Amino acid sequence: MHPKVLPYVLLLPATLFLLVFFVYPFVQIALLAFTGAEGFTLQHVQTMASHWKFKAALGWTLLLAAVVVPIQLMLALSMATIVSKLESGRSSILYIFSIPLGLSDLASGIIWLAIFEQSGFLNSLLVGLGIIERPILFLGYQNVWVIFAAVVIAEAWRATAIVMVILVSGMGLIPKEYYEAAEVFGAGPWKRFVKITLPLLRPSLQTALILRTLLAFEVFAVVITLGGTTLPVLMGETFQWQFALQDRHVASAYAMVILAISIAATLFYLWALRVPKGAKI
Amino acid sequence: MAEIVIKKVAKSFGGFHALHSIDLTIADQEFMVLLGASGCGKTTLLRIIAGLETPSQGEVWIGGRRVDGLPPRERGIAMVFQNYAVFPHLTVFENIAFGLRMKKLPRQEIERRVTRTAELMHIEQLLKRYSGQLSGGQRQRVAVARALAMEPDVILMDEPLSNLDALLRLEMRAELKGVLAASKTTTIYVTHDQVEAMSLADRISVMNAGKIVQAARPVEVYRNPAARFVGSFIGNPPMNFIPAKRAGDGKWQVAGVALDGPQASRDRLEFAIRPEDVTVGAEGIPATVRVVEPLGVHTLLTCEVEGALFRAVVESDLAVTPGDTLRLAPKPDRVRWFDPESGMAV
Amino acid sequence: MSTAVSVDAPHKVEVRSAARFLFIAAIVVLCIWVLLPIYLLFVNALSSPQEVSGFPKTGLPSFDFGSVRFFLSFAGVLQALGNSVLVAVLTMVLSIGIGAPAGYALSRFDFPGKESFRMLVVMTRAFPLPLLALPLAVLFIRTGLDDTAFGLAIVHTVLALPFAVLITFSLFSGIPIELEEAAWTLGCNRWQAFRKVVLPLVMPGIAASAVFAFTISWNEVFAAAVLTIQNRTLPAFLVQSLNVSPLHLKFAGGAALVIPALIFIFAVRRYLFAMWGIANR
Repeated sequence: MHPKVLPYVLLLPATLFLLVFFVYPFVQIALLAFTGAEGFTLQHVQTMASHWKFKAALGWTLLLAAVVVPIQLMLALSMATIVSKLESGRSSILYIFSIPLGLSDLASGIIWLAIFEQSGFLNSLLVGLGIIERPILFLGYQNVWVIFAAVVIAEAWRATAIVMVILVSGMGLIPKEYYEAAEVFGAGPWKRFVKITLPLLRPSLQTALILRTLLAFEVFAVVITLGGTTLPVLMGETFQWQFALQDRHVASAYAMVILAISIAATLFYLWALRVPKGAKI
Repeated sequence: MAEIVIKKVAKSFGGFHALHSIDLTIADQEFMVLLGASGCGKTTLLRIIAGLETPSQGEVWIGGRRVDGLPPRERGIAMVFQNYAVFPHLTVFENIAFGLRMKKLPRQEIERRVTRTAELMHIEQLLKRYSGQLSGGQRQRVAVARALAMEPDVILMDEPLSNLDALLRLEMRAELKGVLAASKTTTIYVTHDQVEAMSLADRISVMNAGKIVQAARPVEVYRNPAARFVGSFIGNPPMNFIPAKRAGDGKWQVAGVALDGPQASRDRLEFAIRPEDVTVGAEGIPATVRVVEPLGVHTLLTCEVEGALFRAVVESDLAVTPGDTLRLAPKPDRVRWFDPESGMAV
Repeated sequence: MSTAVSVDAPHKVEVRSAARFLFIAAIVVLCIWVLLPIYLLFVNALSSPQEVSGFPKTGLPSFDFGSVRFFLSFAGVLQALGNSVLVAVLTMVLSIGIGAPAGYALSRFDFPGKESFRMLVVMTRAFPLPLLALPLAVLFIRTGLDDTAFGLAIVHTVLALPFAVLITFSLFSGIPIELEEAAWTLGCNRWQAFRKVVLPLVMPGIAASAVFAFTISWNEVFAAAVLTIQNRTLPAFLVQSLNVSPLHLKFAGGAALVIPALIFIFAVRRYLFAMWGIANR
């Protein structure tokens, strides 16, 4: 086949697939959200916004992302730094650290349910140590902040791994000579981390933060597993409107909200962590 | 018979002209070296001959057959790549046999050819190894053996020695020359190393900015550069150039000295001489010595003539120190003249 | 000078060994943080239903397979497991089958439109992809793909395809084009050169990215819950029955979700970092 045609032939399936199953459905979502029987309407958006759970869902989702993502970043940076300093057993430790990467948020929710539920391991430990007398109902509907904390812990536990993997591979791309040069010029370990690792890690940080923030906006199964509907989040509400309330228009309006904050977050990270042309490794 | 004829071949990438209408004929069994700095188009030309690149225009003929529409496998060529391109998932034996298996040759014939070329390249003890277990030099040998085993009409080599260290390069150079001469193939060899080019070639094509500036025997290229570029590119240290002004009577004024020169219509020319073609004496071009570098066989002087650098190779027992002023007399039969505007020899 | 050294040296050794101790302690703590929750899930999964809801817990498994037996005999579980595997295998085949040619084209050719395609692929990252399930549910009902493994696999392929494209792109880019060119000059056409030279070299990497696609599908909850009713996958089944199912069913189900994920991550551990290192660019 002619070399000018071949690349297009090879790209055709992927392009068609993405156009039909990615671009077109998102147009559909927008149409569903903004049109009714008489064309364009904001009625679905109003229905969504006036529902008492909307503000709570939006607020909790944003708060969750704002708390979880920085924790994951700190934890992942520490893990990545520790791994980079390891001389032996590096690959085993890396494997252990990256295990949660393969788990779904549902699995992570169930795992932490085993710990936090009323007859769970945390209560067993606390009672066993004599700190409390009777097991506490941590995940009850009146303890929404405890549920929130449990979701944060479960998410930090599960999804730090992916951030760490991205950062470790990013650190692998930074040549050792830069550190040696900085050391010769008198930079201590902390200065080297701040002045060399972090700036040169910007592309990886960007990838990791975009990925993680977006997934935090999509948080769903872990919240239902640990808190049922006590802690409303956007994705959960989308699901509710689609199924329990059978209103696809409002569900799509919710989807538009998630899409909007996702794009806003992406643009923010692209801007905040941009690397000037020519300053790349 | 595998004469290669290149007719008006041009290649451009987007707006960049890599090759400008190249015409070149390479005789059967000739060893042709394409020599030039990186980016001069020599590799592009080789890849067009191989069929790895399509020319924007022009024709390529190999052995009387027009091949520029054909894929590489139908051109009767074999190629040795800069990074050897030894297949890492195959043993040395299978690497050498690869092309033969594609030709569907009988098993005994494959074994015979692999064994023969392996012996030729002194790698018969490595046939069971993989590429990862070989040194750079050994990989190079495998790559050459793989090409020779095809018994091709034409062998194309793209900087095959550039990744070897200096000593190994010297050794392989001599070996390649012997093996290729014995195989009686037509060879096109791309390099940026002028010593390699001089030592291997029947003919050298010096390339610059997508053009062949001169195609001639090595000594000819060295002695009679067709253009200022050739003189400045070939030779280490390169040729010296000094502006010259017409002084009448067939004489030309060079750094205050009147020298015999060509009949030319221009008022200004450029005088050129190789560093080893000057003698130190009472007469000649006045030169102030700046740096003295004793190199054993001879001494290299970097001098200043009319504010420009001028290098001279002198005998190593000449006592000279920086700051001295010498008179350097050019050997008359070695003086060359160039047109300062076109850069071509006069 | 010599006295200064003799006073200073033991002190330095002390500091260094203290730092060493802290370093190792940090690694141990992090390993426990990652592994303990998974261990506790398996303790519950390997205990009898009575022990799972009993209190206090010992933290040691009784190796009673009552919960597991109950889980496996629960109506719909085996079918859900089967569906999960089927959808994941379809996703794997689709995403590699469509993604690898695109990855090859990106790595080997320069052609107009290349950047637009890259943008399309990268853009998928900024979108909350599980939401695709909402409009696609309509499309699938129209085309008869609703509630089928294939329909869900399509949505999961949208999730996995960008990864497949970028990973295979990096894999193919890692094979020097000279190797292919050498094969061409040795009598191969493009396809033969690909099959005899490129394919054997990238096969392990392709297998790793296939496993990655499998894991993405295996773990996906939202789209699976939206798009399937009768033919639920395991995550969809578990999420749907969260309110009604007893604890021991949840934990056994969680364990069933986790085990394959552990194996997959182990299988692709060598490629994890290479994948993400390149996926950054």
